[in-house]
Amino acid sequence: MAGRSGGRGWSLGSRAVQAAFLIMLVVLWYLATTRWRVNPLLLPNPVAVLRELGDILRSGEFVDDLRITLTELAIAFALATAGGIVTGYVISRAAYLIRVFEPLFAGIYSIPIILFLPLYVLFFGLGPASKIALGATIGFFPIVLNTIAGFGYVERMLIVAARSMGASDYQLFRYVLLPAALPVILTGLRMGFTIVLLSIIGSETIASLAGLGHRIVHLAEGMDMARMFAYIAFVVVIAVVLNMIVSTLEARGKRQ
Amino acid sequence: MTDDIAIRVRGVSHHFGEADEARHVRALLDTSLDVARGELLCLIGPSGCGKSTLLNVMGGLLEPTTGNVEIGGKPARGPMPRDIAFVFQENALFPWNTVFENVMLGMLFQGVAKAERETRARRSLEAVGLAGFTEHYPGQLSGGMRQRAALARALSLETGILLMDEPFGALDEQTRMILGEDLSVLLARTEKTIVFVTHSLGEAVFLADRVAVFSARPGTVKQVISVNEPHPRKPEFATSEKFTALRNQLYALLHDEIRKAVSQTASATADGAA
Repeated sequence: MAGRSGGRGWSLGSRAVQAAFLIMLVVLWYLATTRWRVNPLLLPNPVAVLRELGDILRSGEFVDDLRITLTELAIAFALATAGGIVTGYVISRAAYLIRVFEPLFAGIYSIPIILFLPLYVLFFGLGPASKIALGATIGFFPIVLNTIAGFGYVERMLIVAARSMGASDYQLFRYVLLPAALPVILTGLRMGFTIVLLSIIGSETIASLAGLGHRIVHLAEGMDMARMFAYIAFVVVIAVVLNMIVSTLEARGKRQ
Repeated sequence: MTDDIAIRVRGVSHHFGEADEARHVRALLDTSLDVARGELLCLIGPSGCGKSTLLNVMGGLLEPTTGNVEIGGKPARGPMPRDIAFVFQENALFPWNTVFENVMLGMLFQGVAKAERETRARRSLEAVGLAGFTEHYPGQLSGGMRQRAALARALSLETGILLMDEPFGALDEQTRMILGEDLSVLLARTEKTIVFVTHSLGEAVFLADRVAVFSARPGTVKQVISVNEPHPRKPEFATSEKFTALRNQLYALLHDEIRKAVSQTASATADGAA
């Protein structure tokens, strides 16, 4: 109760609860593998997992898979960004286009596009191309929707005011439309990034020749559970770091 | 003779929507009006009578369905940023820019040389009493201060004509009284021609040289009343007998029109529900 009024104390307190929750999960994990004797084929010992993780990092075995996954991610995200922003901007210029395409894209965005992975594999093969194409497709939708929302719903009064003072088309874009739309677009980019990462790792686990997702499934099939868990932990850390970077960039972009 | 007329409105009508549409609205009907150079003309009338529409037509933001407007003898087509500046009701400041940047940006749009912008921005912000708030964002200011900033932006453009669309409409009574007094002092120093749309009878009498009273929709000018009182007007003017008499005269003129407008709105709502 006292913490609710003091903002800083409240935030520190909730951080402590969050950390305690995670620590408790690891403790339960440890107890399950030692005291409660869960089959190590289902749940390996966390200490063994940590040992495997150390081995993976020392040997540098992860480098090739990581490079492939990150390359797929970078290309897919770049394609989704370019396609989403250009398409979204063009649509936002006409009320008619917004009326037609916004609900259409929102509808497509709500279906699990990953279902089409087999089709993508048939078209683009088992290699990185199918992951890139699928990731770009999935990432396109939140980006295009937020770009439409950003550029399409700028307060009309601001546009009228700028025009009344003699703003040219370029000035209107540079000083009114862009700053109005930017925060919304940045949110779309962050959402797009998150689901591109998700869909690339996910599709690597379903059908692929290489990449971190592929490695994890490969180890699972070989019953090498401790090492598989170590790779999962590795991917979790990579994902958290990437998302933190993207969130920081988003916050910085919004401040300007 | 023509030299004394800043804005000449002739036979202006404006319709929103196509003639066969359900949403077709005749906002303004065959309105003619002259605004003399250097005078402050208030437009007052019931809601939806087309006074804001007329203001936008004067400023070239809206092309009338019929009729024409001349600014300084030249036909008005599109915005004329060198001749006309606007102060809108609210939300017309760019929220991502500081007060100072907002004023600077207006002059950038208008095409003022860079060296001159800063001097003019400081001068106009000082004139409206915001010298200490240049680095604030609009969201950090009260409604009254935001309208002062919008006024500073309009003044910095140094146009001959200022069109104000209910600039104090969203403010509380006390704030708008003070702003009205300040505006009267400020404008007495300039030679600007001002058209000021308002709902407030007191504001109209306090500020205007002449008040144009609108009829209910489709709106047109019903009568023009002169307020012969020099600027800047003192607060005491608001309690004088002359002020009260003029205010009562305006109220009598407006009362029937407001009744008409209210019954229009009621029947329109009933139509919409059915």
